[in-house]
Amino acid sequence: MNAALMLTKIRQMVRSFGLPRIIIALFLFSLFILAPFFNVNVATSLSDTLNRFGMNAVLVLAMVPMIHSGCGLNFGLPLGIISGLLGATISLQVDVAGPASFWLAILFATPFALILGWGYGQLLNRVKGGEMMIATYVGFSSVAFMCIMWLLLPFNNPKMVWGFAGSGLRTTISTEGYYLHVLNDFLKIRIGNHFIFPTGMILFFTVLAFAMWAFLHTKTGTAMTAVGSNPVFARASGIDVDRIRTLSVVLSTWLGAIGILVYQQSFGFIQLYMGPFYMALPAVSAILIGGASVNKASILNVIIGTFLFQGILTMTPSVMNAMIQTDMSEVIRIVASNGMILYALTRKTEAAR
Amino acid sequence: MNNELGVPLLEMQHISKDYFGNEVLSDINFSLRRGEILGLVGENGAGKSTLMKILFGMDEIHQTGGYGGSIFIEGDEVRFTSPIDALASGIGMVHQEFSLLPDSTATENILLNREPLKHTLASELFGERLNTLNRESMEKIAQGAIDKLGVPLDGKMLVSEMPVGHKQFTEIARELSKEATTEMEEGLRLLVLDEPTAVLSEQEAESLLKAMRTLSSEGIAIIFISHRLQEIIDVCDTIMVMRDGRIIKTVPSEGVNVTDIAHWMVGREVNAAKRNTRTFNYEDSKVVLSIRNLWVDMPGETVRNVNLDVYDGEILGIGGMAGQGKLGIPNGVMGLFPAGGQIVFQGEELPLNQPRSLLNAGVAFVSEDRRGVGLLLDESLEWNITFTAMQIQDKFLKRYLNGLVSWRDQKAIEEETMKYVKQLEIRCVSTRQNARELSGGNQQKVCLAKAFAVTPKLLFVSEPTRGIDIGAKSLVLDALRRYNQESGTTIVMISSELEELRSVCDRIAIVNDGKVFGILPATSDSAKFGLMMVGQEVQEV
Repeated sequence: MNAALMLTKIRQMVRSFGLPRIIIALFLFSLFILAPFFNVNVATSLSDTLNRFGMNAVLVLAMVPMIHSGCGLNFGLPLGIISGLLGATISLQVDVAGPASFWLAILFATPFALILGWGYGQLLNRVKGGEMMIATYVGFSSVAFMCIMWLLLPFNNPKMVWGFAGSGLRTTISTEGYYLHVLNDFLKIRIGNHFIFPTGMILFFTVLAFAMWAFLHTKTGTAMTAVGSNPVFARASGIDVDRIRTLSVVLSTWLGAIGILVYQQSFGFIQLYMGPFYMALPAVSAILIGGASVNKASILNVIIGTFLFQGILTMTPSVMNAMIQTDMSEVIRIVASNGMILYALTRKTEAAR
Repeated sequence: MNNELGVPLLEMQHISKDYFGNEVLSDINFSLRRGEILGLVGENGAGKSTLMKILFGMDEIHQTGGYGGSIFIEGDEVRFTSPIDALASGIGMVHQEFSLLPDSTATENILLNREPLKHTLASELFGERLNTLNRESMEKIAQGAIDKLGVPLDGKMLVSEMPVGHKQFTEIARELSKEATTEMEEGLRLLVLDEPTAVLSEQEAESLLKAMRTLSSEGIAIIFISHRLQEIIDVCDTIMVMRDGRIIKTVPSEGVNVTDIAHWMVGREVNAAKRNTRTFNYEDSKVVLSIRNLWVDMPGETVRNVNLDVYDGEILGIGGMAGQGKLGIPNGVMGLFPAGGQIVFQGEELPLNQPRSLLNAGVAFVSEDRRGVGLLLDESLEWNITFTAMQIQDKFLKRYLNGLVSWRDQKAIEEETMKYVKQLEIRCVSTRQNARELSGGNQQKVCLAKAFAVTPKLLFVSEPTRGIDIGAKSLVLDALRRYNQESGTTIVMISSELEELRSVCDRIAIVNDGKVFGILPATSDSAKFGLMMVGQEVQEV
């Protein structure tokens, strides 16, 4: 009797937390347990996981506004990333050294994010119901278009252009001397030889996440959630549905731009050309692993999801490869990320109104 | 041809049906002779379609617990478990909505999936599935059915190019052709026509009626469901009137007039205590909303030209048959469907097609589509009730930084929600419960609370009691009446149930064919309303 009661309780807990999340969390946990047996330093692993969390969390946060307004998962994230890349390259072109270049990059990226996001929003308002498919193609085609532009735009900072021609941007550009580790190193805490807490980067994410949480509690934020929950209800309540949706897309695009800049300052390189191509998928799967659905997402989903997803990416190459002597990490990454997207999309009907 | 003259073709005895304790049919008895045309009339929801579904053994009936009573066909008791059984024993039905393939010809549609086949070399070798269609004999059979119907229908015409009337004939011809192509014992014996003339022009309807007489003379019995009472009287041998799941009258059509039928249809014994007894003083009150030349493009509820004045403080009812446009009026005024014309509210002309402008002016709307328009199903009651007031009137908000940030005031939201939960007796676990989890009646109360929360000057309430149980019904109606008395809010209530309107409203406007057919005080004789609903001028009864 007692056992049966406990079983139902456990079942309820599993249901509320979600089976896939539990499996992934247990898997990640076991990797941390196994790590010492294969001479992998747990402190380093934890430090790496935190680092990768900070790098990607803003990109995952960029998913939230569009999910709330009912535009679905932002597969068009590359558009925001391109805005960020434009901001980064212009900042480097202006050639201001040090941390100021990071803030300049954000400043330069913002108008691009607003304009591109607005146009992207107008497009999505015309394809209601098919947003996610259209978004995917918006992302892909914008990347292709920018491949041409990176060659043609008149940048001439020698640190960015091809050495032999003197024009056209390189595929990877170092952020060294500009904003490399500006956030990572801000107030960083070193514990022992192997663990570094990237305070600045986590703090930066916290501020943005708090701002997003606060926004969703305002009048406009409430309207955004209602538009996503039932657009007809929102319209009958006098909400301009298209305007709110556009706003959510602009927000999402802007966060994408900020997200890639945070990523670059930690990673150390600006990746142009095909770089943004697959950036949407890890962000999408992270928020889904975190427990979001196609039309409901919270800040907690972002944090849990990014931590689990990035944790697995960090731990599998070191632990799994030491264990079975083959490079499994890429395979697991692809299975986990695409599998998660597939899982969420098949459950879409359940959440549908 | 029929040697058992004494035995009726179809006999229904003591048929009853309930949906989860909610009785929709009780003790239905009638019989039908060969070649008899029976006219079946009644208000929407009187139980006509349920009765037909039972006759056809539709899945819906079995899934909700079957039915009581018995059905006899030529003296043998039958209990159909699927429409296919019903078809096999010679009962055919033509539905209100067409089920035709638009890109095929009349002939192809008539014989769909029952085509005569030709054996070919390929089919001899590889099996039946490679048989080809025998076009010649198809045409012959189809033409036979068309001739039997006696209408000018071209078998080679594509359905998509046909006028509506011909589509209807194609459907009927399909039922007729079944005797020639299936293993039916003796072909079509009984044909059910569910509002076949609703979409037809007068001329087309006329030729359909002629076709019905032809079929009847060949011994095929017909059950004819229609809201056009004159047609019923013209074509039927017997008229059966249903109301509230009962048969009220079964009379030979001779000598019956439209007024009688209308009276039987709507005139129920009204509980006098529940009636609204106040007399609204129209002379001293002014027009608060005036609607001029309103058209609304709402699918299935088109409004063509509505002129209506609503007086300050009254409860105005809008009634009429389904599909005549009564629902289009509030939806059009509130900007949910494309509309045109002129609306003047409190002396000020308001732009159409903008929900916001009406809401700002103090007009609220409780939609008939509760789940689609009325509620955020996946959000809490708190959100559902306060959302509109928050967005339109900036209620339940706290302001920071000189009003730059307007923050949701959770405490005020909870208080307001609790107030309505108590006032309207909304049954819920907590105010954070999702609207989806409530029953229909409680969802309707949430919709009302949402409208009350904006403290409207004028409130449109569309089908407030549709699909909710009797207890919730009276609570909802009482809440409306009380709200009108206590806060002086003008209410325009749209409902398919005339008695409901008569119990709450001061005046009732009846909408027919997208126009206001007439307005009468709610105390008028119900037969007058019944006549107006079917588009008949009111004569002195």
